[in-house]
Amino acid sequence: MAQAPASTAKPRPKYLSLRALIFEIRMPLSAWVSILHRASGILLFAAMVWLLYLLDRSLSSEAGFDAIRAYLGFRSVKLALLVLAWAFLHHFCAGIRYLLLDLHKGVDLKASRVSSFVVLAVSLLLTVLVGVRIW
Amino acid sequence: MVKRIVVGAHYGSRDWLVQRVTAVIMAVYAVVAVYVLNFGLPVNYPVWRDLFAQGWMRVATLLFALSLAWHAWVGMRDVVMDYVKPDGPRLTLQVLILLALACYVGWAIQILWR
Repeated sequence: MAQAPASTAKPRPKYLSLRALIFEIRMPLSAWVSILHRASGILLFAAMVWLLYLLDRSLSSEAGFDAIRAYLGFRSVKLALLVLAWAFLHHFCAGIRYLLLDLHKGVDLKASRVSSFVVLAVSLLLTVLVGVRIW
Repeated sequence: MVKRIVVGAHYGSRDWLVQRVTAVIMAVYAVVAVYVLNFGLPVNYPVWRDLFAQGWMRVATLLFALSLAWHAWVGMRDVVMDYVKPDGPRLTLQVLILLALACYVGWAIQILWR
């Protein structure tokens, strides 16, 4: 392969700042799905200890169950649960999209865009339903 | 043919597969659990306790917990490998994540078989 002249050779890979990613370039929807899939995974990992505590306490005794039920009544706790519900739902929907991509379903540009939009929309819609359910 | 440089104990195809198999296991469990808790039973303490007292529920939940731990390990390991380059902090973080996940599995077993 011919070597590109030094004047036109660009440094690769090019690393973009977070600021550039958010404000300067327009990323495709699938990039957002991917980034949020990773972010939601990290969030769910971080929340595991809290969720295990809730399960432990709620199963420990009648008093523990009632304590957890009262605890889950706080607005801030509900909000935290809602954020985790979104994280789970996004991770779930995006994960199914990736499983389908692994099976070579929906890999062309149009289908990929549509499925990215569906993942973002469905997970947000289901999060709203969860919010309605717990409030 | 991709010419690979051999680093580490294995190439990662096992982790790739494990991440997907565990994802399917958890997805099935989650869908069933959400359905049961929303449309099946009124949730109060006796119902909640009896649900987790059943053998199949304990085994299914243990399977979920093990899948979650293994899935989270692969995912968090990927995150650490992507963003933490120096060997020392990378290894430390990976060991801490593994320890946390092992503790969580132990805790889950303790909760289920009380």
